[in-house]
Amino acid sequence: MNRQADILRFTRAERWVHKSIAILLTTCIVTAAILYIGPLSTAIGRRALVEWVHVVAGLALPVPIVIGLVSKMFRHDVRLLNRFTDADWHWLRSRDRRSGFIPVGKFNAGQKLNANFQLGAILVMLLTGSVMRFANHWPIDWRTGATFVHDWLAYAVTIVVIGHVYMAMRDPHALAGMRTGYVPESWALKEHKTWADDANSVGSPSGAGTTRSADRARNAKVEP
Amino acid sequence: MVEPPEPGRPIGRRIVLGMLGLGAVGVAFGKHLQDAETAVLKPVTERDPTGLTSLIPAGNTFRFYSITGHEPNRDAADYRLTISGLVDRPTTLSLAHLASLPHTTLVKDFQCVTGWRVPDVTWAGVALPELLNHVGVRNTAKALRFTSFDGAYTESLTLEQARRPDVLVATRMLGAPVTRAHGGPVRLYVAPMYGYKSCKWLGGIEVTDRVVPGFWEENGYDVDAWVGKSNGRSDEPTS
Repeated sequence: MNRQADILRFTRAERWVHKSIAILLTTCIVTAAILYIGPLSTAIGRRALVEWVHVVAGLALPVPIVIGLVSKMFRHDVRLLNRFTDADWHWLRSRDRRSGFIPVGKFNAGQKLNANFQLGAILVMLLTGSVMRFANHWPIDWRTGATFVHDWLAYAVTIVVIGHVYMAMRDPHALAGMRTGYVPESWALKEHKTWADDANSVGSPSGAGTTRSADRARNAKVEP
Repeated sequence: MVEPPEPGRPIGRRIVLGMLGLGAVGVAFGKHLQDAETAVLKPVTERDPTGLTSLIPAGNTFRFYSITGHEPNRDAADYRLTISGLVDRPTTLSLAHLASLPHTTLVKDFQCVTGWRVPDVTWAGVALPELLNHVGVRNTAKALRFTSFDGAYTESLTLEQARRPDVLVATRMLGAPVTRAHGGPVRLYVAPMYGYKSCKWLGGIEVTDRVVPGFWEENGYDVDAWVGKSNGRSDEPTS
């Protein structure tokens, strides 16, 4: 085990936000499937309960993001995810983007697209879902339109989530980064070179720059 | 403390705002998009032996609505239909009693006011005029009020509308007894009107001297809900 070479990628707050969204979004997708795929509806039944779970999970989806904003590190991630640099456009256009020759920041352009798409989707699903759930407050045409948008976007979200999970499954280090918070420095240098270089310079705004051993050393100093 | 200027451009924010904009456009014009989509898919969905097209949004499939948030449960043995009001013989009918009356079978589309339509559904049950003759309607009667055993839903028809032969107290639908989700064991089917007139989980029929608007009609939907000629819609007639 080469712990010394691991660097901190995600703090507990960032991992908590990701995990909460993952659980709620999965709940929404599974309950939606039960509500709208005939054979599943029949096999599972308990429609009122399933609908309640779907609505509650959907309404709760933005909550972890709002709570996460308390964390400085999460706010920093939000800023990074918002900005697309020249390197990002280059990365998106190039065929061998994964070979590591383009220096990528903490998030690559695919992760940025995913994060922004999911945020937009959460908001649109929240609004259209509210029109559907509290149906009698809106014109009939709006209900029809909201249902139309909610249905098609549901498929898009599901496909993007499957793609996101598939990409993560192919990269155990990325997966471990989200699970434990730490990634090997060698991986960071290949996949996120700009960020890794930054992480190695002290006092960087990314708040990284802490290897796991440095972290331990720092904690040891704080402890009486 | 002032943050240093961030590199790059705020594309993320544009994606999120763009999606919100597209979502709003979709809500405003989704009805037209959906109508176009249904028309394009019609040749496929009508000849689909796999049932897979029912997974396409707005593909011709039933959607579940309940105003109470639950599926009322009454099994065939416990079921009773109460007919009251301005009738000669107020009656409570069991399912067996309903089954002993002459039956009508119809093959008609089911059109929802929110846009979806299920073509060629087989419906069977007692035609409402048959049932009205069975109990005898008084001269002062003008309308019918339907109540659901979900405890909340109500609907209405004028006496003239209720005497149409294509209005059924349906006990069978899609070739089987009406399922709980579809409003079973007994529901109304008003062929020429939008789906909200076809009261699910039918528990009572009261003959009245005036039209008492039903649940959705109190919430802005038209009382006379002719398909294609009400609620600002232009669907093809179903009957």
